[in-house]
Amino acid sequence: MRQIQFQQLHEASWSALEEILDSLESGRNGPKLPTESIRRLPSLYRDVCQHLALAQSRCYSTALIEKLHHLAMRAHHQLYKREFRIGKRMLEFMVSDFPVTLRNHHRLFWLAFMLFFAPGILFGAVCYFNPDMIYVVVDDSSVAQMEYMYNPDADHQTGRQEGMENASRVSMFGFYVYNNTGIGFRTFAGGILAGLGTLFFLVLNGLVIGGIAGYLTELGYVETFWGFVIGHGSFELVAIVISGMAGLLLGKAIIAPGNMRRIEALKRNAGQAVILISGAAGMFFTAALIEAFWSPLPIPAAIKFIAGALLWLLVFSYLFFTGRNRNAA
Amino acid sequence: MTPLKLDTACTIETPEGISLKLYPAGPVARGAAWLIDSLIRIGLYIGLVLVLGVLGATGTGILLVAVFFLEWFYPVYYELTRGSTPGKSAFGMVVVHSDGTPVGWQASVIRNLLRTVDFLPLFYGFGLVSMLLNKRFQRLGDMAADTLVVYKPAPRESAVINSMAIKPPADLLPREQQALINFAERMERISESRSIELSDHLVSLTGEKGRQGVEKLLGYARWLANGR
Repeated sequence: MRQIQFQQLHEASWSALEEILDSLESGRNGPKLPTESIRRLPSLYRDVCQHLALAQSRCYSTALIEKLHHLAMRAHHQLYKREFRIGKRMLEFMVSDFPVTLRNHHRLFWLAFMLFFAPGILFGAVCYFNPDMIYVVVDDSSVAQMEYMYNPDADHQTGRQEGMENASRVSMFGFYVYNNTGIGFRTFAGGILAGLGTLFFLVLNGLVIGGIAGYLTELGYVETFWGFVIGHGSFELVAIVISGMAGLLLGKAIIAPGNMRRIEALKRNAGQAVILISGAAGMFFTAALIEAFWSPLPIPAAIKFIAGALLWLLVFSYLFFTGRNRNAA
Repeated sequence: MTPLKLDTACTIETPEGISLKLYPAGPVARGAAWLIDSLIRIGLYIGLVLVLGVLGATGTGILLVAVFFLEWFYPVYYELTRGSTPGKSAFGMVVVHSDGTPVGWQASVIRNLLRTVDFLPLFYGFGLVSMLLNKRFQRLGDMAADTLVVYKPAPRESAVINSMAIKPPADLLPREQQALINFAERMERISESRSIELSDHLVSLTGEKGRQGVEKLLGYARWLANGR
């Protein structure tokens, strides 16, 4: 068959497909086509695939082949689009995807946990018995600032206890989201460098946070410091651990790919890691809310300790028990 | 060993059994797209500071949350809603999975969170090295997410061949016929001296040199494409 006959024969179906694609690509605001004509998309797409194959094997002109290729490509793009409905997925994600994925890699979770908490506790003890050691990881002015913030006798403490302005709470919330979640994301991303970036961030953050905790405890700021951090610490510290765990999952693909090529292992592990880091981001947001609006409340430290303990319990029981029956099903 | 190719096109096979070609975008074009996106983001930051500045401490809080989302999720938002950021769209690029399908949320989040490592140690150092070592110009984030940044195909309109149809003096193989038609369709985009140079290779077919040779080839092409 000559090209010109071929074109005349199929021109109508190509322009029908083109019309559907134009309408789909213009999105929400564009012209709407009736459902019946959208339903023709798959069969028109299969037709154009066949025409493309014919045009190629019959050596029709490049311009025609390119035109059909372009049509096939656009239709492929529309047909194989992944649907994304954030509302429905969100609940499913929280009650199932995230905790189940976490438990599937529980060894990596505990590894990240140790890499963060072991240096933290050790260095905390060091700073408790030898406070000068804090200056190894934190600079002078930051230490002075911490000391001032949690000093029970400082003027601002009474001010804070009597009710901080709502405005500055919102600004602290913004800061915690920006800073802490950013740290979590970097901890995760560093994992692609064979896990080294993640290792660095986990250990460094462990040292800094543990060191400050030991130092302030030695000064006797127990109620102000521990009372402040115990609540949001549950979500925040575990979120750092999970970010690290997601990073280690990337690193594992490079270091120990198993029976796969490294690139294949990386793709597969990244698909799991993205679920973990997304869950961690949600936990960072929760922590920021608690840290900005609950932790500075002027209530007795005893209540904060009890609430804090309950929050830790909540976090761990959420991670370890949610979605278990779904998993089995 | 596979032979070296002239272009960077890579072929994917669809479930319908046809091959689609993807044209990955190189580091220079992507760098330029990134620059445009950076300027847009800086503009947004300035706008936000001006608007939220009047709200005092509350404004600062909202600003920081906004900066956080712009920094990490600006590309994710555009990739999921339009296929690529405004900067990339300006160069006709779109982000796809390596099987050519539109990018989903997981791949988009992976490639954009890992951007921070590609940026290291300075101005996309790792990303550039990774792209240059990779046949499909993937930075580290693209490799982990299994994504490509490709040019949206833009087809040329089929050119009309205006010559008188002339029957070719010999039977031509399909490939040869196709080459003649391509030659005719590309006439508008090549200079006259180049077209003469090309047609002079076919003296044995046309029996003419120079301008007349070109005319004869166009005549053959017309005959092959449209018939008498």
